[in-house]
Amino acid sequence: MADLSIVFAGIKAPNPFWLASAPPTDKAYNVVRAFEAGWGGVVWKTLGEDPAAVNVSSRYSAHFGANREVLGINNIELITDRSLEINLQEITQVKKDWPDRALIVSLMVPCVEESWKNILPRVEATGCDGIELNFGCPHGMPERGMGAAVGQVPEYVEQVTRWCKTYCSLPVIVKLTPNITDIRVAARAAYRGGADAVSLINTINSITSVDLERMVALPIVGTQSTHGGYCGSAVKPIALNMVAEIARDPQTQGLPICGIGGIGNWRDAAEFVALGCGAVQVCTAAMLHGFRIVDEMKDGLSRWMDSQGYNSLQDFSGRAVGNTTDWKYLDINYQVIAKIDQAACIGCGRCHIACEDTSHQAIASLKQADGTHVYQVIDDECVGCNLCQITCPVADCIEMVPMDTGKPFLNWTQDPRNPYREAM
Amino acid sequence: MIQTLNHLPHPDEDGATLASHFTDLAPPLNARQAHLEASRCLYCYDAPCVNACPSEIDIPSFIRNIHTDNVQGAAQKILSANILGGSCARVCPTEILCQQACVRNHSEECAPVLIGLLQRYAIDNAHFEQHPFQRAAATGKRIAVVGAGPAGLSCAHRSALHGHDVVIFEAREKAGGLNEYGIAKYKLVDDFAQQELDFLLQIGGIEIRHGQRLGDNLSLSDLHQQFDAVFLGLGLAASKHLGLPHEDAPGLLAATDYIRELRQADDLSQLPLADRCIVLGAGNTAIDMAVQMARLGARDVNLVYRRGLADMGATGHEQDIAKANQVRLLTWAQPDTVLLDDQGQVRGMRFARTRLENGRLHTTGDTFELAADAIFKAIGQSFDEQALHDPLAQQLQRQGERIFVDAQLQTNIPGVYAGGDCVSLGQDLTVQAVQHGKLAAEAMHAQLMLTVEAA
Repeated sequence: MADLSIVFAGIKAPNPFWLASAPPTDKAYNVVRAFEAGWGGVVWKTLGEDPAAVNVSSRYSAHFGANREVLGINNIELITDRSLEINLQEITQVKKDWPDRALIVSLMVPCVEESWKNILPRVEATGCDGIELNFGCPHGMPERGMGAAVGQVPEYVEQVTRWCKTYCSLPVIVKLTPNITDIRVAARAAYRGGADAVSLINTINSITSVDLERMVALPIVGTQSTHGGYCGSAVKPIALNMVAEIARDPQTQGLPICGIGGIGNWRDAAEFVALGCGAVQVCTAAMLHGFRIVDEMKDGLSRWMDSQGYNSLQDFSGRAVGNTTDWKYLDINYQVIAKIDQAACIGCGRCHIACEDTSHQAIASLKQADGTHVYQVIDDECVGCNLCQITCPVADCIEMVPMDTGKPFLNWTQDPRNPYREAM
Repeated sequence: MIQTLNHLPHPDEDGATLASHFTDLAPPLNARQAHLEASRCLYCYDAPCVNACPSEIDIPSFIRNIHTDNVQGAAQKILSANILGGSCARVCPTEILCQQACVRNHSEECAPVLIGLLQRYAIDNAHFEQHPFQRAAATGKRIAVVGAGPAGLSCAHRSALHGHDVVIFEAREKAGGLNEYGIAKYKLVDDFAQQELDFLLQIGGIEIRHGQRLGDNLSLSDLHQQFDAVFLGLGLAASKHLGLPHEDAPGLLAATDYIRELRQADDLSQLPLADRCIVLGAGNTAIDMAVQMARLGARDVNLVYRRGLADMGATGHEQDIAKANQVRLLTWAQPDTVLLDDQGQVRGMRFARTRLENGRLHTTGDTFELAADAIFKAIGQSFDEQALHDPLAQQLQRQGERIFVDAQLQTNIPGVYAGGDCVSLGQDLTVQAVQHGKLAAEAMHAQLMLTVEAA
C-alpha cells in the first residue's frame, strides 16, 4: 500500500487527513476520539483571549439535495467558548499522548501586536506542531475586527503573519477567507509576511434557507437570524478553484497549501492534492457521519495511489496545476461531439429537451412505432458543451468524443479572429 | 342474499376477522416514502409513462409537485386529467400501463417508479377547502348521461365544468358503477367510491336519478328529444353464458353477482361460503373472485382456464396475487358438464382437456372432474340487449357486440355519444372509461358551442 505519511510545512503526520478547526476539534474528548479513529492531524478549534466567546442557540442550518442529502451546512458558531487555560492544558496533554499526530492550534486575537505577543509563547509551550491563523471566520468575529475582517485586508494579513513569525518558532499556516474577489492577493500577503503555508478555504457567507411560515432565515435564534459560514460538498468547486489560483501563481510559487472545502471522501482529497495541496482538512463530512469516515478515506486513497503507481502524495501533488490555465490559452480548434450509447439509453428525453430548449438543438427526438423515442445527436449542430451528458441520469451513457478536426493547436492569443491577438 | 347459494354455509370467522382480510392490498405510502419515491422520478420529457396513461395524466409534473411539498398542486394536476384519479390510482393495472413504460424498468435501473401509489398519495393527502374546479358560466345546455359508472361520472363532471347542466340516469341504488359494485374489496376500501362521488359532485350542476334503467323506464328516443346531447355509459351489464345444461342450477352464478354482494355486505360473515369452488375465466374479475373466496376462508379454490397462463387476461401481477392466496390456476381445460347432486345443486364440474392445434383450440378427449360447492363464471361480460330496444336505440351502429363510436366518442346518431366498456374503442379499464367520458364531454361541448355561435 502507498505511504500516506506527509511532511507539510515541516509538520509530520501519518496521513494527510486532518480535521479542520471547528466544533469537532473543540476539546480533548473529541480530538482523542478523532485520533483513535485514525485522523492524521487536527487543527484545534480557534483559541482567543479570555473572556471566552459566548455562543447562541441554534447554530447550524443546511442546504439539502433532492433526497435530503446535505449539500452544505451553514454555521454561526464563534470561536471556542471555553477558557484559554483549559484549552492549553488539554492541548498539552493530547500532544503528549499522541506524539505522532499533527496538532495545530488555530488562533484568533485582536489585530494588535501585544495580543499576539502574549498568546503565542503560551501556545508554543503546549508542544503543538504549528499554528493556524483564523483570518476567515465570516460571522460574528468580523464585527469585532477579527476573523474575515483581517483576512479581507492584505496589509493586516501580512502584518499579523509577521508578528507570529517574530514571536513564535512554530510553522505558521494562514487560513484564508474566500469572501474576497481575488484569493491570490491574500495569499501573496501571507507569503510576504513569512507564512509557512496557507490553508483554504474558510467558510463562505451564506443564508441557506428561509422559514416561510415564520418569515425568518435559518438558523433561527429567537425570532431572528444572521448570515453564517457555508461549508460542505457544495463549496468544493469554489475551494478547488481558489487552491488552483494560488498553486499556479508565480508570486507564491512553492508555498505549501492545505486544502479545505467540501472534502468528504478520498477522491475529493486526491483532487485537492492534484491541484497542489500537500494536506487536506475535513469538517462537514465528519460532522455528518462521525470520525469513522477517515477509514474509508485512507483506504480509498492508498488503493487509488497504488493503482496509479504513486508511492507518496508528493508523486501526484500539483500534477493537475500545469493543465489549469487562463481561458485565452485554451485550444480553439479542439472539438468534442456528444455520442449517445443507445444500448445504455433509458429513453428519458432529458438530453433532448435540455439541448432543444436551452442549448443548440443538436439532439433529435425520433418517435418509434411502439411510441418510445430514440434520441440522436445531430453532429453538425453539436458544439460539445457537455450539457446533455450532465443532465443524463445514466453515467457513461453519453460520451463526449474528441473529433479529428485536422487543425493545429491554436489559442485565442494566436487566433486571427481575435482583433487584439498578440503579434505572431 | 344470493339465492342460488342459499344452501351453502357461512364463513367460520367472525365479521371483524374477515374484514381484516379485506383491507388495502397495497397500503398507501406515508409522507417520507412518497418523498423518497418521488425523488426517483427522472422527470422525463415526452415521458413514456404519460404516453402509456389512457387518461393522459402529466405524471412527471405531479410527481415533481409531490417532491416539492406541493401535494395540492399534484392532486389538482391529476384530477384535471382524470377526475377519478383516486380510484384509478387504486385499481389501474399500472404494471401494464404507466409503470410498465417507466424508463426505470431499463436493465440499468432498479425498478419502475411506483406511480400508482404516488398518485394515491397525492389524492389522499390533498385537502381542498372547496372543489378545485370552477364551473364556467351557465350555457343553458342540458346533457343526459346514462350510467353513473366511471365513464358517465367523468363525462358529467367535465360537462358541468363547461357550464352545462347534467342529469345522470342510473339503474342501481348507488352511483360509481364497477368502482362501487365490481372491484375486489381489498383494492378499493373504506367506501372510497362514494367519497370520490361526493367530491366529484361538489362541482355542482349534476343531478343523479336512480332507478332509471334504459329499455325499462327510460328510452333513448325520449332522452334525445329532451336533452341537447346524450352520453351512454352503459357498461356491460350481462354476464356471458357457458351454453351448458343446468346453467341455472343452485351453486352456479356469475362472479360479478357475488362480488357485488360482497362489496355491499356490512358483515362478511353472513355471506355464503363455497369451501370448494371453481372460478371459470382468465381475467382480473376471475382473479378477484377466486382471491376473495379464498380470503373468506374457502380451502379449495380452483381457477380454470381453457388456454395457458400466458394467454390470460389477468396480468402477471394479478396472477401472483392469486398464487399468494393459495388459488390453484388450472390451464388447458374447458367446462364440459355441470355436475349436480341429488337435490339438483352443483357438486362439481367435468372439464375437457384442451390443446392448440394449428393455432386452434381443440379438446384432447381427456376429461377430469373437480368437486365444488359453487361455480363462478367470469368468462366475460356482454351487452344488456334490453337496454337498446327503442326505435332510436335500435339504429345505433354496432361494432361486434359493442356500440360503434368515432374518435370523438360519437355514435352514428348525431348528438348521441358513448364510452366506457359498452363501446369498442380502447381497453376495458376504469381509466379508459374515464378518458372516454372526458373526451366525449369535450366533443359534446365543442359541438354545442358551435351551434350557440351559429345561432
